[in-house]
Amino acid sequence: MRPLRLALLALVIAAPALAVQPSEMLKDPAQEARARELSAQLRCLVCQNESIDDSDADLAKDIRLLIRERITKGESNAEVRDFLVSRYGDFILLKPPFKLSTALLWFSAPLTFLLGGLAIWFASRRRPAPTAALSEKEERLLLMLQEAGAVVPPTSPPPASRRRSPSSRR
Amino acid sequence: MIVEAGHYALALALAISLLQTIVPFWGARRNDATLMRVADSAALGQLLFVGFAFFALAYAHMTSDFSVLNVAENSHSAMPLIYKFSGLWGNHEGSMLLWSFILALFGGLVAVTGGGLPRKLRADALAVQGLIGAAFLGFILATSDPFLRLNPAPFEGQDLNPILQDPGLAIHPPLLYIGYVGFSIVFSFAAAALIEGRIDAAWARFVRPYTLVAWGFLTLGIAMGSYWAYYTLGWGGFWFWDPVENASLMPWLAGTAFLHSVAVMEKREGLKVWTIFLAILAFSFSLLGTFLVRSGVLTSVHAFASDPTRGVVILAILAGFVAGSLALFAWRAPLLKQGGMFAPISREGALVVNNLFLTTACATVLVGTLYPLALEQVTGAKITVGAPFFNASAGVLLLSVTFLTPFGFSLAWKRGDLLGVAQRLSVALIGGVVVLAFLLATLHGGPVLAPIAASLGVFVMLGSIAEVVSRAFRGGAGVSSALYRALRWPLSFWGGALAHFGVGVTLLGLAATGFGAETIVAMRPGQPVEVGPYRVVYEQLLNRAGPNYQETAARMKISRDGAEVTTLEPARRNFGARRMATSQAGIATLNFGQVYISISDPAEDGSLPARLYWKPLVTLIWLGALAMAFGGALSLADRRLRVGAPVRARSGAKAAAA
Repeated sequence: MRPLRLALLALVIAAPALAVQPSEMLKDPAQEARARELSAQLRCLVCQNESIDDSDADLAKDIRLLIRERITKGESNAEVRDFLVSRYGDFILLKPPFKLSTALLWFSAPLTFLLGGLAIWFASRRRPAPTAALSEKEERLLLMLQEAGAVVPPTSPPPASRRRSPSSRR
Repeated sequence: MIVEAGHYALALALAISLLQTIVPFWGARRNDATLMRVADSAALGQLLFVGFAFFALAYAHMTSDFSVLNVAENSHSAMPLIYKFSGLWGNHEGSMLLWSFILALFGGLVAVTGGGLPRKLRADALAVQGLIGAAFLGFILATSDPFLRLNPAPFEGQDLNPILQDPGLAIHPPLLYIGYVGFSIVFSFAAAALIEGRIDAAWARFVRPYTLVAWGFLTLGIAMGSYWAYYTLGWGGFWFWDPVENASLMPWLAGTAFLHSVAVMEKREGLKVWTIFLAILAFSFSLLGTFLVRSGVLTSVHAFASDPTRGVVILAILAGFVAGSLALFAWRAPLLKQGGMFAPISREGALVVNNLFLTTACATVLVGTLYPLALEQVTGAKITVGAPFFNASAGVLLLSVTFLTPFGFSLAWKRGDLLGVAQRLSVALIGGVVVLAFLLATLHGGPVLAPIAASLGVFVMLGSIAEVVSRAFRGGAGVSSALYRALRWPLSFWGGALAHFGVGVTLLGLAATGFGAETIVAMRPGQPVEVGPYRVVYEQLLNRAGPNYQETAARMKISRDGAEVTTLEPARRNFGARRMATSQAGIATLNFGQVYISISDPAEDGSLPARLYWKPLVTLIWLGALAMAFGGALSLADRRLRVGAPVRARSGAKAAAA
C-alpha cells in the first residue's frame, strides 16, 4: 500500500525542495540542534505523519525557516512551539497533547491491557477445578502412550525431557 | 479485443463466484455431496476467469495500448517493460484487480490442496470465500472498471508516477496483497467453523498452512515497503506510523497473535472462541486497510482514489463482512466447546500473555489511527497522532512482549518450570546485560531507549540459540547425539526458533538507528566530508539520459582510514512527461550497516547540497523480517502440518521420535 503513500508524497514534491538543506541551517550549532529537535516534533501539514524535519514539502521548509528565525530572535523552544500551535492548532504537534479530548486516546493502551488482563483472570478462575485432578491422570496416560511410542508430543521433540519433567515433580 | 474479453471474463467470474457462494452452502445444509463439490470447480473457475482478466489488463499495459483509459493514465511507451507491467497495480483499478486475483488464487489453492479437509468445512469455507470474491468483483465492475476504452485514443500515455517507477512497485504490492488477502481464507474457515458450530484441533491444523503463507508474505510485504520508503525518501526513514502503514501493521499484529493462539488450539484444544475471534479480526483489519487506503478518508488533501462512491461501496463491503461475521460469532461462538484449563506457567499460559500484548498493541494502533478522524467528526478539532504516541504505546508493548519471547518459547506445554527456563536462558540474559553495559559505558547521550532495545535484541537472538542448544544437549548428550537429535526435530520447531531469532535481529537493527551519524552539508568538489567512520569526497557531476528521464548524478568516493571503500552515485532524476523530479539515494552496504547519501539540485555557486548518513546495522531491520518469513516457510514445510497428509504425517513423526 505504500506506493499510494509515495504517490501522495509525489504530489507534494513536484517542486523539488528537500528535507533540511545546508543553506537553511543556523551557524550556531547549539541553536541549530534546538531547531532540529523542534522540527522533529512538528508535523508537515500537507504530508502524512511526516515531521517537517524530514519532509520535502515547501510548506515544511517555510516552517523550518520560521523556527530558525524565532530561535535566533532568542525565543525558547516552548515559545516557538506555542506560537506554532496558536497559528496552526494542535494539528501541527506529532505528539497529541494530553487533554480531556485526547484522554481516551492516551488511556487506550493501558485500559485495553487492563481489561484484557482482567478478562483472562476471570476466564481462568471460572473454569471448574476437576480438570486439574484429571490432568494428573492425563499426564500419566500421555506418558504411557509416549513410552509405547503411540503419541509424539508435536513441538517438543526430545522424549527424554518429557519423561523427566513430571517425575522430577513427584 | 483481448481487453473486452478481459472485461467479459470479469463479469463471468462474478457470476461464478455467486454460484460458489450459493450452491455449496446449500449443499452443506442438505448434506448433498454433489452440490458441495461445486465449490471446488467454482473456485477454480473463478480463478481462471479473474486470472484471464488480470492478464488481459497486463497485456494492454505491456503493449502500451493507450486506447485503454487505465493504460493511458498510468503508462508511457518509453517506460522499461517491468514498469509497464507493474504499473498495472500502481493505480486504483488495477490494484483492486490484483486484490481480486489473489483472492481467487487462495480460493483455488483450497480447492487444489484441500483434499484432506472435511467436505462440509471445505464447502462452507469456499462459499464464504466466494462471497468475498463476489463483493469485490461487483465493486470493480460497478465503480472501478479497469477496461474502459478511450475514443479517440491518445498517442502517448501520461506516464506512471515517477516515484512508482521502481523495482519496489513490482515486488511490494503483490507480496503485501498476498498477505492481506491471504487472511481471507483464514476468515472463511473461521466463518465455516461457526456455521457448523464445531471446531477442534484438526481445524487448527487445517488453517495453519494458509495462515503461515499469508503471515509470511505479509511480513515480507511490510518489510519490502519499509525498505522501499527507506531508499526512496532521501533521508532513510523507514517507518512513519502513518495510517497506510498502520493499516498493514494491524492485520500483521492480529495475524501474529492468531498464529500463536492457533498453536494452543492445536496442542491443547484451548482458546477456541478467542482464536476464531482473531481470525475474524485479522481479515477485518485487511478490509479496513483496503477501505482506509482506497476511499481517501484519511487524506482529504492527497486522496489517491477520491471518488466518494468508491469509498462508500468499500465501506459497505467492510461493514457487511465485519458486522456479519461478528453477528455470526456472537450467535454461534457459545456453541463451541471449550478446552481444558491451563496452568499460568506453561507454554499455553505464555501464549495467552503473548496474545494479550499483541492484541493490545493492535488495538492501540487502531485507536491511534482512527482517533483523529473520530475526534474531528465529533468535536471538529483536528489533531495529529504521530510517531511519539505510537512509540510510547504500541512500541512499548511490543518491546515488552519481545522481552518475554524467549521465556515463552522455552517453556514446556502444560506445566512449565520457570526456574529451569531462566537457567537455560542464563547465557542469553548475561549476553544481553553485557551488551547493555558496554553500550552505556561507550555511548554518551543519544536516545535512552536505543541501548535497552539493542541489548534486548541480542537477548532474544541468544535466547533462540540457547533454546536450540539446550534442547539438543539435554540430559548431557554428546555432540554427535545432540546433532543427531537436532536433525530429527520437526521443521516447525526450527521455524519457530528462526522466526524468534529474526525478531531479535530486527530489534537490534531498529535500536542501532540510535547510533548513526548524520551530516548535512553543501559539498564542494574535492573537499572531504566525514560521516561516522567514513570519509566522502565529491568528485564530479555527471549528466545522463535514462529511458524516460534525465539524470544528474554526483560521483562520490567513500574511504575509511585512508583506504578506498567504494564509489557512490546519488542522483536527481527529472521525468519530462509529468514534470516531476525524484531523488535516487546512493547506498553502500558495509558490514550490515549502510552509508546513505542523497543530493539536491546543485546550487549556482557549484556547491552540492547533500545529506550523508552512516547507519550502522540498519540492514538487520529487514534481514530480521526475512528470517521471520523464512521461519514461517520452514514451519510450512513441516510434513505434519501439511493438509491432506495426516496419515503419512503421523508415521513420519513416529520415525522422527524413534
